[in-house]
Parts: sequence; C-alpha cells; structure tokens
Amino acid sequence: MRKRYGMVIDTRVCISCGNCVMGCKAENVVPEGLHRVWVVEEESGVFPHARLESRSERCNHCEDPPCVSSCPTGASFIFEGSNITLVNPDECTGCKSCVASCPYDARYIEPGGYIGKCTFCVHKLGSGEQPSCASVCPTDCIQFGDFNDPNSQVSRSVRTERTKVLHEAAGTNPNIYYIY
Amino acid sequence: MLRREFIVLASATLASLSMGLTGCGKQNVAASYPVLPTDVCTKSPTFCEMCFWKCSGWVHSKNGKPWKVTGNEQDQHCLGRLCTRGSGGLGAYEDNDRLKTPMIRITNSDGSQGFREASWDEALNYIAEKLATVKGEYGAESLALFSHGYGATHWKTFTKAFGSQNITAPSYAQCRGPRTEAFKATFGQGVGSPECTDMENSQCIVLIGSHIGENLHNTQVQELGTALKNGCELIVVDPRQSVAATKAEHWLPIKPSTDIALLLSWIHVLLEENIFNQDFVTEHCTGLEELKKECASYTPEWAYPITSIQPDVIRKTARTMAKNAPATLVHPGRHVTWYGDDTQRSRCIAILNALLGSWGSKGGLYLPQKAKVPKYPLPAFSKPKWTWKDLENNKYQLASAAVASQVRDVTADPSLDPEHPIKAWFVYGSNLMMSLPEQKKTIQAIQNLDLLVAVDIMPAEICGWADVILPECTYLERYDDIRVSPGRKRQIAVRAPAFEPRFDSKPSSWIVKQLAQKCGLDAWFPWANQEEYLSKRLEPLGISLKELEAAGVMEVGQQQPLYFADGAPPTFKTASGKVELVSSLFSHAGFDAVPRYTRHPEPPQGYARLLMGRSPMHTFSRTTNNPHLCQLKDENELWMHPDLAMLWGVTHGQRIALENQDGEQSRYRIPVKVTQRIRPDCVYMVHGFGHSEKKMTRAFGKGIAENELMTTIHIDPIMGGTGRRGNFVVPSALTRTEAAHQQEVGHA
Repeated sequence: MRKRYGMVIDTRVCISCGNCVMGCKAENVVPEGLHRVWVVEEESGVFPHARLESRSERCNHCEDPPCVSSCPTGASFIFEGSNITLVNPDECTGCKSCVASCPYDARYIEPGGYIGKCTFCVHKLGSGEQPSCASVCPTDCIQFGDFNDPNSQVSRSVRTERTKVLHEAAGTNPNIYYIY
Repeated sequence: MLRREFIVLASATLASLSMGLTGCGKQNVAASYPVLPTDVCTKSPTFCEMCFWKCSGWVHSKNGKPWKVTGNEQDQHCLGRLCTRGSGGLGAYEDNDRLKTPMIRITNSDGSQGFREASWDEALNYIAEKLATVKGEYGAESLALFSHGYGATHWKTFTKAFGSQNITAPSYAQCRGPRTEAFKATFGQGVGSPECTDMENSQCIVLIGSHIGENLHNTQVQELGTALKNGCELIVVDPRQSVAATKAEHWLPIKPSTDIALLLSWIHVLLEENIFNQDFVTEHCTGLEELKKECASYTPEWAYPITSIQPDVIRKTARTMAKNAPATLVHPGRHVTWYGDDTQRSRCIAILNALLGSWGSKGGLYLPQKAKVPKYPLPAFSKPKWTWKDLENNKYQLASAAVASQVRDVTADPSLDPEHPIKAWFVYGSNLMMSLPEQKKTIQAIQNLDLLVAVDIMPAEICGWADVILPECTYLERYDDIRVSPGRKRQIAVRAPAFEPRFDSKPSSWIVKQLAQKCGLDAWFPWANQEEYLSKRLEPLGISLKELEAAGVMEVGQQQPLYFADGAPPTFKTASGKVELVSSLFSHAGFDAVPRYTRHPEPPQGYARLLMGRSPMHTFSRTTNNPHLCQLKDENELWMHPDLAMLWGVTHGQRIALENQDGEQSRYRIPVKVTQRIRPDCVYMVHGFGHSEKKMTRAFGKGIAENELMTTIHIDPIMGGTGRRGNFVVPSALTRTEAAHQQEVGHA
C-alpha cells in the first residue's frame, strides 16, 4: 500500500532549541547558510498573558504538491509508492518555479544551482530509522510515521489530539500536523 | 521496477536499498542521499565537550572525512539524543579560526607588544623557566589554575605536584556555588552535576528563574518534555516569560530580586495550612518549630507588595506543590549567583523540598549513584604552606571550593592579602574576560602577574592577555580522562580521538607531561601516553580500554535504590544527621539559620535591570564562533517590554548600545526585541556574545557581552558568589558613531 509519510509535531513541548535544524544539516550535509528545517516562534497575547508557539517547520510532502506540477522539466517528483517529494539535480535547471509555488517556502537553491529540500531523510527510512530532525529532538516532539497506517503513532495522534496544519487554504493537503 | 524498489525501502537495510536506486533517471532517489553504499562509514566513541553535560556519543566519518556526531543510546546523560551544540560539535574541529601553534608574547622594536609563533619546546621551556623564578621568589603556592572542562585533569595534577592547591573555576562562585552550599547545609550533600532531579517522574515542577530548555541541559530538557507529556503541573517564577514559562500552568512574573519573599511565603503557606509532608518532616527533619516561628509573618499578603504576585496565586501554587508531593520538585537551578543572598535563596528552595518530602522521593530528587573508579596511583603531593582557604583570613568560610573572583581580586590588589601572593596563572579552557565579572579588575590582576599561560582551542579574549598561548586540540582529536559522574546508574564513559589533531595543536595529556618533564615533576606523570593512563585506571574494574571504546559507556558496580521508599538508607551528612530546616552550620558561622528577605536596590529612574540567561544553541562564550552553531544564532538580542521601548524611544530591530549605572558603556550594539514576554522593569540578553577578539571572525563585534555592563557586584558573604543582577542600564548616548562602529566591526 502507498505510504503517506508525515509528521505530528507537538508545539506544547517544542523548546525552539534548533536541534532539528542542526541535526538535519549535519546528517544531510546542508551547505553553510542554508537549511531544510527551521523553527518559528510565534508570540501572541499581552503581558502577563503572553503566549508562544514554537514550531519546527519543513517541507510538508503534500498530497497535491504544486512544486511537482509546476516543475517544467520533471526534476521535481513524487517518489513512487509514497508522498515524498524529491528533486533530481540532473534535470533541475534552478528555474525556481517550485520555489514560487510552495506555500511553505520549503525550497532553496543549492550552491550547485539546483533545488535543495527536506527529503524526510529517505535514506534512513529503509532501516526503520527516523528522519534526523525527529531522532535528535531533545523533547521528542516530532513524531514521524505513515498516515495510511491507522495504527501508527501519527495516525493516533491526529485522531486524539487537537491538531492543525499550516496554510490549509493553499489546498495542497499537507502532511505535517501540529499539536497546539 | 521502482515501486518494487520502494517496497524494499520499507523493509530492507540501507545498503541493499540504495544499491538499486543509484542513477535511475527521473526517480534519482540516490541524489537525495548523503551516504551511498559505496561510502565507507566508521564511528568512534566520544563524550561531548560542547558543554558540561558530557553526553556520550559517536563521531561518524564518511570515507575518512568527518560527517556527524550522534548520541549514544546507552548513555544516561543523553539517552541517544545530543543537543543542538552536540550536533554542531564538528564545528569546533572544523573552525579555521582555531589556535594553530604555541605563541609567546614579545615586545617589538617600537615598544608595542605582539605574539610570535613558537615551537612546543620553546613555549614549554619558557613556562618552565618562569615558573622556577616565580617559585623561588614567591613560593610554589603563588601559582593558580583556573579551569573548565574535562581536559583539566592533568593540569590539576601538575598544579598540585608543583606545590599549589589554588585550583579554581568560575563554575563555582560565578555559577552554582550557592546551591551547593545551601543543599549541603540542609541535606548534607549537594545536588551534583548532572543534578539528581527526578523530573521524568515529577507531577509538579517549580522553576525559580531556571529556564530549562533555553539552558539545554540535555536530559533535564528531555525529562521536562516527558513530564509535560505526562501532565506534570509546571510553575515558573521568572520576570521574563521563558520558553519553559510558556509551557507552564502558572507563570509568576515576579518583580526581580524578590524571590526570597515568595519562597518564604510558600513555606509559610505549607506550614500554616498544615499541608507539608508530615511523615518526611517528622522522620527526617529538625527545626520545624523554629521554622514555623520564623515564617509566621510571611503571609501571601506580606509577599504581595514585595513580589507583585497576588496572594491567591501564592496560595494556589503552594497547594499545587503540596497536592503532588513528594513527586514535586522545586528545582535547585544551576546559574544561581544573582543578588548576593543567593545561598539563602537556595536554602529556601532546599527547605521547600524538605517540607514536601521531595529528597529521596520518586519525582523529587533521587539519591545519585556514582561508579567507583580508583585514581591512577601517583606519589603523594607535598603539603603547600597555604591554600585558597587562607586567602583574606578564610574570608568565605563556608566555601567548599576556591572562589575564582577572590583569587583574581587578591592578584589584582596584593594589599588585600600580602602574605599570600599570586603571581602566575594557568588558565585552561576558561575565558576569564567573559566569565568573571568586573573585567577591569581582571585586567589589573593580569598586570600584576609574572606569568599567564592560556591553554585553549580558540583565540578567546583571555589569550590576548597571555604570555604564552598553548593550542589544545578539540575533544574530537584526543583521549581524555574517564567520565565518572553521578546519575541513576553507575556509568562510566570514554572519549577517544576521532581525528588527528589539526595544525600544531596537542592534547593536554601530552602538553602537561612535556611541561612536567621540564619542571622535574616526571614522577606524577609516569604513564607513556593517555591510553596507558586510561588502561591502568580501568584495570581494577576488569575492563579493557578497547571494550570501553567499543561500547562508549559501561555500567560499573552494583545498582543501589534511588529512593528511600525502595530501601535507600536515610543518611544525611549534616551536624545533626538530620535534614536541617534550621541550619546549625549557618548559625555557627554567624549567618541566618533560617533565610530572611532583604530588599535589594531598585533601578534608578529611567533605567531597567539587566538580566542574563542562556541560548540553547551556545555554551557560554565558547561556541559563538562555531561555524555551524553561528548559523543558528550569531548575535544576542535585548528583550524589552513595549512600554519600556516607548519610554526609551527605541523600536524592534533597532541596534542600540547600552550604558549602566556606573557609566560603563557596552563596546558594541545589540538589536532590540520588543516583546510582551517580559516585565517592563527589566531587560534580558543571553550570555556569550560581544566578542572583542578579531581573530574570532564570526563572533567578533556581534551583540553585547553583558559582562561589560555588570560592574556592581553583590558578593554572597557565605561562599563568595558574585551576584551580578544588581546592574541597571539605559541606551547609551551612542558615543561611537555609526561610521566608527562600521569601521571596526565591518558589518551592520
């Protein structure tokens, strides 16, 4: 059965430490100044009732990814049997159509002139490992799994917790949920 | 074809998976792989030196080149997960700004001073000669060692063999000293490091100014996460809404400097409402009646105008603590030198834990275990004529470790103690210019020295003041001593070199042995190298170095119960053998046996109190130049409430310089962060930025070093701690013009 990989990220325990960013950069050898994962701190409210939401963000590996449909060369592709969107550098011209189409601003240009992005650490999944951002998170706030498996932790979390997705109106059917 | 490959992906190992995927046209998945089956990946054990938590991990190399560092699953310090700094550890190795060769200070023909590169032999000969002169003139005791980090073992041995026990570290009187003495006075022992906090089992955690999460003390952060997921009630007392406070059931935005009033009032409520842990107190504690008498008047109504925390909130939170006791932890904190009465504030915290019965209880403070690893057998050290204890007539009589700031002070002003001159400093891995308050005094002390040797990895500011600079290699390039630290298990860990040292840097084990030979102290360094030293230490445990290196961490010795309820013997090494709610140690020494609240100075009109803290991406000032970590955070910012921003006429993002109540100005400028998450009477920045050493190319000139603005120090009379939070700032008149700033710093 097709995998629908995704994450459920618990903003209630995220501490904005940035280790998801660092772990990803180390694992995937992401060049200096660039990143595939980033942390957003959203403040609201008024003292002394201020609020903070800390969110680790990345590519949402959407069900309907505009980055793939907008790619003129076919370099942006959905890895068969899954929802993981990847880029073939050999076919990428660096035209940035996908960058413009992504509601999450999850793509960047590598020094080699092609697009770089989160891969959900596809190279680790085969041996049952977690993506690096999830495996290094000190508060274990990033759950990774298959939404097509109703018994996976991510499926259970979405059923039982109060969750949201970002930029829902963009209509891309994202696969990153946030518990808030 | 590819669909089949992907099914393989879901079940087979990486190697078999990626084999079939390389170079297959459009679906070139392998292009997304940082490792390919043809890559040769190796790993070696280490324990991290990016901070003091010392997490055990694996250093991974790909085709012989450094790749990444990950946590060791078996290690109780990290549970398989490193923190941001640990993940960025390779940056310490890769940093091209590192010290590269030994350097010796010279005077140029025009009278100016500079450094020249030297061979190791030259540099160590220079030190040996100077040491001999200093010893002849002032005695061996005039050598002091300031240290921080695990490589200091042999420097300590050298100092003792030389004839001095003046071994000190800013981690005591500038950091956690007050809580150590307070917990010892109360329970007969300190909380150690890593602290014996049983947070994973806590049902209620109280943080007093401790911003766990922003201070990334690895397992504590992990355990806080676990506790929160399990529904633990979190109470955070902090003038700033820390990240932890944003997760809390109750955030108490206390007026800065009034914590003791709140803590005493909590004690009052527990006693007044009879909701303290009667069993624990009856069985283990002394002084209940006197404590009741002393705290009778500390009602929440008394505390309210002092702290600004409403009486009903004080009562409600005290009841929450009591309801969850003994699985309630009033966290001892770590950096606790704030206002000069810090040992007494820590005493309040210890008393609360006693009243809740948290000590030795699940969810409170567990009874730490520690592996017993015999020391390397060495000849006895000769007894020095005097030690740090004698400085200024044993001024800080309850200090259990040397007070770094006092050693500095008597060096700066020998008239404070003419009998005990300090004329030579070894500074190991501790950037005293940033870590000690009152920078001018440190500079004055350095002027009085006959020898200053700095051993470091980076050209930290202290190196610029040294006579000799010795470049140490990073933790990834060396063996160090065995890690023996307290925890739930009796674990030991090893650090082995993953790479050859870069440049002409050397491990301390090598440096000190060479120096000892030149000083005639060979007898204390009988081993050939660090491997031999480690093997000898492991011998009595029946473990070989090879075995330990294969595992990274090992358990040694019999596991004992962690809680009284599980049969741990209730022994307390206090004078009474009981938990002392009223401290006999303090009263004999002439201090309050039960803490009292004292009013501290308030900011002058228009000024705000300067508070400081930590960033999770950095450790002290040591990592701000790290090429990986500075990508996450390369500058600190000044937090302020919108009302204060309006009063000061500054806006979010504006870079301002600061001036304190003593007229001291910050060297650089800092961007303003206007936020609702802080009281209007204080501002906040994280420590570690504002480096003035140009050789640290990434960190130079970025942000403000709060240290420059902390010139009024409130010293804790009990143990010499330097309280630094009695300093107040305003935007400075910007004496440096924009152009001058640009010229020096080279960036906006």
